[in-house]
Amino acid sequence: MRPFRYVRASDVASAAHQVAANPAAKFLAGGTNILDLMKEDVERPNELVDLNRLDLTRIAAANGGVSIGALAKNADTANHPLIRKSYPLLTQAILAGASAQLRNMATNGGNLLQRTRCQYFYDTAMPCNKREPGTGCGAREGLNRMHAILGWSEKCVAVYPGDMANALYALEAVVRVRGPGGRERTIPIGDFHRLPGDTPERDNNLEHGELIVAIDLPKSGFAKNSYYLKVRDRASYAFALVAVAAALELEGGRVRQARVVLGGVAHKPWRSREAEAALADRPASEESFRRAADAALKDAKPLAHNAYKVELGKRAIVRALMRASRLA
Amino acid sequence: MDESPPPDDPILTDDEERLLDELGIVGAARRRFLGYGIAGGVGLFALRLLASEGARAAAPTPAAIPASASGLEGAVRVVVKINGENRTLDLDPRTVLLDALRERLGLTGTKKGCDQGQCGACTVIVDGRRVLSCLTLAATLDGRSVTTIEGLAKGEELHPMQAAFIRHDAFQCGYCTPGQICSAVALLEEARRGDASHVTEDVSGAPRLTDDEIRERMSGNICRCGAYPGIVAAIQEVHSGKRAAKTWRFVEPEELARVRKEDNEAV
Repeated sequence: MRPFRYVRASDVASAAHQVAANPAAKFLAGGTNILDLMKEDVERPNELVDLNRLDLTRIAAANGGVSIGALAKNADTANHPLIRKSYPLLTQAILAGASAQLRNMATNGGNLLQRTRCQYFYDTAMPCNKREPGTGCGAREGLNRMHAILGWSEKCVAVYPGDMANALYALEAVVRVRGPGGRERTIPIGDFHRLPGDTPERDNNLEHGELIVAIDLPKSGFAKNSYYLKVRDRASYAFALVAVAAALELEGGRVRQARVVLGGVAHKPWRSREAEAALADRPASEESFRRAADAALKDAKPLAHNAYKVELGKRAIVRALMRASRLA
Repeated sequence: MDESPPPDDPILTDDEERLLDELGIVGAARRRFLGYGIAGGVGLFALRLLASEGARAAAPTPAAIPASASGLEGAVRVVVKINGENRTLDLDPRTVLLDALRERLGLTGTKKGCDQGQCGACTVIVDGRRVLSCLTLAATLDGRSVTTIEGLAKGEELHPMQAAFIRHDAFQCGYCTPGQICSAVALLEEARRGDASHVTEDVSGAPRLTDDEIRERMSGNICRCGAYPGIVAAIQEVHSGKRAAKTWRFVEPEELARVRKEDNEAV
């Protein structure tokens, strides 16, 4: 690992200021992703600003919903009574990711910022536009079984690896961030992550030095009928091939409102408004779910090795909706 | 099913006699060692493991390693409670907890497996929660409390989870075992709190710790030897407080002779 300066931040303002002042500085929270990437020489900060002493760990009812602190641990968030009761989709999504040890370490803010697990991004001997802009994409013509089928560009076919953000998107969460000048702004979770386009080196829309302070969950009517389905190569402790965050509001067997977000298929959590439109005001039935699934994957453009994700994605959507509506 | 002889009357195979001789465990030490081992239904491999760990514990490694690296540029001072004892360390900021434990404090029970958060061999308990020491920057632990595999036993008395692992032969090569045991100890606390897992059917309620729940909750600890059945049995036993049937025993000489004869006939 390359040398770096270690700084313990004592408050949000000085933490943001410290990082903003140095283009090569990074925040350190749980460390589960950045330390790994530093060992691999993919991330090369010359300064780490440790946020672990900041008071951003609260999870509390707010504005009819729940606000979760950026530095609350994933495990604490998943198991918080308010989340388990009102946002079981979020609990399921968090518990579908990583291992118990990692969930004890990883924070909510850090989880949103985890970087792709594309093997070309990790391997410094390979070209990667995300790691080193302008070097090309190794995965585009290489091994791309794990890669994107939606929203990719010639510059980058990597996928966002997380689970939590998929559920947050289905719940229409809002990310609260604070900049070095103390300026606070909110970013709807759907606008937080980016598609690769011509700038795959940018995973999200945070400015350098901006710090996530909380994630706000609005009041939700989905608690009764939601389900997070993650399909992976082994039963546990693996990244998604395809994941589905499904949430329904049902009324007399009909869908009043639906949310369908896919994970493992794009550079960001992929919300399918097409699927949601196909579900709305229709009976909650397998037939209707199939139509929604077809709509969601209609524009999929698979790569050489991941055409399986199209059919897998459709079946996963149907199954997740069946579970969410308690038909299966 | 437990066919081990009582501890005061140990009957050893020739191989076991030879192993103990090689290890220099004789006389009173041998009797004590055997009582300890056989009471837990310990096998030949476990004997070897316990003996080598014992030998290492007796070696004066920690004192020989300076706890403070003087003249270190940008060093960070941390005071961490390790297994109940405050330790002051001046660290290169890059030092992860795993390396601080092994290289600076001589606590080699915590194992370095993948060193990138994928295998769980380096699992330790920080402030009561299991974490991966390979991805924990030691500098972040100032004022915190770390329990490693060396801190679980009370003197000569093994932690119940350690004893259960031995009883259920929950390891083969033993490399992942310290991480498995630390993970399992913390798992029971999580289950006691009512934490949910990926396989919990209804996350709004507190789940029962079934074998499936244990398997999912231990999925962050990989065992290359595949000792999983024993690991699940050991955890289930400590959780339930009910002694589970031992699923293995030493082979009887007649059985061995029969198998050898069959092998020869097959050739």
